[in-house]
Amino acid sequence: MYIYDEYDQRIVEERVKQFRDQTRRYLAGELSDPEFLPLRLQNGLYVQRYAPMLRVANPYGLVSSRQMRKLAFIAREYDKGYAHFSTRQNIQFNWPSLEDVPDILAHLAEVQKHAIQTSGNCIRNTTTDEFAGVAADELVDPRPWCEIIRQWSTFHPEFAYLPRKFKIAVNGAVEDRAATGVHDIGLHVVKNEAGEIGFTVLVGGGLGRTPIVGSVIREFLPWEHLLTYLDAVLRVYNRYGRRDNKFKARIKILVKALTPAVFGEKVEAEWEHTKDGPGTLTAEEVERVAAHFTAPAYETFAGDDNDYLAKRQSEKGFNNWAMRNVHPHKVPGYAAVTLSLKPTAVAPGDITDQQMDAVADLADRYSFGEIRVTHQQNLVLADIRQSDLYELWQVCRELGFATPNIGLLTDIICCPGGDFCSLANAKSIPIAEAIQRTFDDLDYLHDIGELDLNISGCMNACGHHHVGHIGVLGVDKKGAEFYQVSLGGDSGRNAVIGQILGPSFAAEQMPTVIQNVIGVYLNSRTPEEQFIDTYQRIGMAPFKERVYATNN
Amino acid sequence: MQRIIKDDQVVDETWHLLSKDATLDGLSNCDDLLVPLALWLDHAHALKARDGGLGVWLDSDEEVELIANDLQHFQVIALNFPVFSDGRHYSSARLLRDRYGFKGEIRAIGDVLRDQLFFMKRCGFDAFAVREDRDPYEALESLKDFSEVYQPATDQPLPLFRRRQAQG
Ligand code: SF4
Repeated sequence: MYIYDEYDQRIVEERVKQFRDQTRRYLAGELSDPEFLPLRLQNGLYVQRYAPMLRVANPYGLVSSRQMRKLAFIAREYDKGYAHFSTRQNIQFNWPSLEDVPDILAHLAEVQKHAIQTSGNCIRNTTTDEFAGVAADELVDPRPWCEIIRQWSTFHPEFAYLPRKFKIAVNGAVEDRAATGVHDIGLHVVKNEAGEIGFTVLVGGGLGRTPIVGSVIREFLPWEHLLTYLDAVLRVYNRYGRRDNKFKARIKILVKALTPAVFGEKVEAEWEHTKDGPGTLTAEEVERVAAHFTAPAYETFAGDDNDYLAKRQSEKGFNNWAMRNVHPHKVPGYAAVTLSLKPTAVAPGDITDQQMDAVADLADRYSFGEIRVTHQQNLVLADIRQSDLYELWQVCRELGFATPNIGLLTDIICCPGGDFCSLANAKSIPIAEAIQRTFDDLDYLHDIGELDLNISGCMNACGHHHVGHIGVLGVDKKGAEFYQVSLGGDSGRNAVIGQILGPSFAAEQMPTVIQNVIGVYLNSRTPEEQFIDTYQRIGMAPFKERVYATNN
Repeated sequence: MQRIIKDDQVVDETWHLLSKDATLDGLSNCDDLLVPLALWLDHAHALKARDGGLGVWLDSDEEVELIANDLQHFQVIALNFPVFSDGRHYSSARLLRDRYGFKGEIRAIGDVLRDQLFFMKRCGFDAFAVREDRDPYEALESLKDFSEVYQPATDQPLPLFRRRQAQG
């Protein structure tokens, strides 16, 4: 994991000081609400429905055990004893008081954490694959590039007041677990035929009101040009992105209006001037950063651990967990493990302070002291010896992390929705819970197989509903909370935006609707198909027929 | 008299800012004038013939390319922020300095508040007409918000990674 040097530390500490003074001036009436707004937002501070919400950055999802304990401490001391992991791999506290935020930031700075640019119309936290560095299908480790982007984007003076927020995701594996297709910029780290590292650059993807999959504007950008090229993309966006209408201000609208080809030409023309300038990355810098992401001290094993395999045979519960929550690792004898934050009746992504402390202990004991946050709002311990898995499973069961549902229907991505968020049209957490309760039979759940069910409480799409195999969107119908369902979305390498099933439903109809959708799939699937495959083969019509027939 | 920040000091304002619809009628010959872009584009010749100082100001939707060939005629280029959250002129200032080599004063005008000054300075602004209801002396403090920066920009052409390297 990246460790700050004196420069990084100083910048974060000066930010705390700056924000302390800004908060003081606001409380003293020297800064008006509209003036304070972007300042607090660029520090992750929202004013929510009931209280402020503070979003703390977990750069590209990485958290050390020491940092996790600090987050637990903050949840305990300044909040109501819990916190929420977001789909941006960040962590949110829902009840701190404004006056305390500077102190919270000071605590965070002690462990090299911050809330810089976690909100506002600026470059946000860069996200990546939760299995970076350990995935069996990895081509290039994306983490050093994410850290390089983090430093470049931190307090970038030219791009602090963009037309709208700006999100970058990096993927370095065959599978795209970072959903790069639906980000403002998506980067695929690749190697060309000569073995040189570079980036395939996508722009203009995004969810929200106008969901679009990004377009490739450069097939291969040699690595040393990464930052000057990003500067060029951002400069074109900063100058020409729409500022007259908040809903048309994302880069995707500009890219669509110009066409990706013309947008790409504008970027190249801009880049011509700065290419090879001092912003060009050096091999020394890449090595300096990459040195923080070297492999930990793995033990040598010949292959899979026999006791682990035997235990899977003999104990069904353990096997269920291993099937869903244990993932292949590039090093023999190791595995990555997902701790599910999706047990029934807990808001997806929520975690208590005691659980956070416990995760930190687990990370220290089993996984080199490091934790990753996933965009599906779970946690990953990336470096577990297979021989430790059984013991880890037992501990996880006690702690409530062992729900064997990763990648299954009840592993729901869900935004905070109407229970917390002032922008919501409808509640999302109770819908997630009702669906989880309906599908509480484990064998049935495993039989249904892999399925992304994503719920957002409004068009802002924080719950990524467009790219859920099943997407649920809260809508407002004459003041009442309704839910629109879409099918066929996908966030992977061939990202697709889902299609709307039809008229929306009341909350109490939702479990039945999902049951009917699943029913059509189970009746129609071939043995090798997952939900999304069946949907792609048979299309929307049979689902529509069944759902609306039974509803009338 | 309004006071502005120039080169990290509070000084008296000596320039007259003409409104967007200003015409040549009744322009003083010897005052220092900041003229709107349209006036410059229509009457460059007449404006150059005056004895007083000449500057031009651009609104946030007016592009620096329109004056890129005229820079030698201006002592000051003022960039207007209709609202502080409209960030287009951060790029304008960088282009004027880094691409077109403008050496005169680049001044931020309009909704200019202290918490934006640090970034503005990094982008090449060296003068700030802080909003009149705010104290420019207090605003000076914000120019010192950070002592270290990551990116190359107009004020520091080398990124931190090159300076880190130089220090070994
Ligand atoms: S999707 Fe809407 S309701 Fe949900 S968190 Fe985002 S803004 Fe709030």
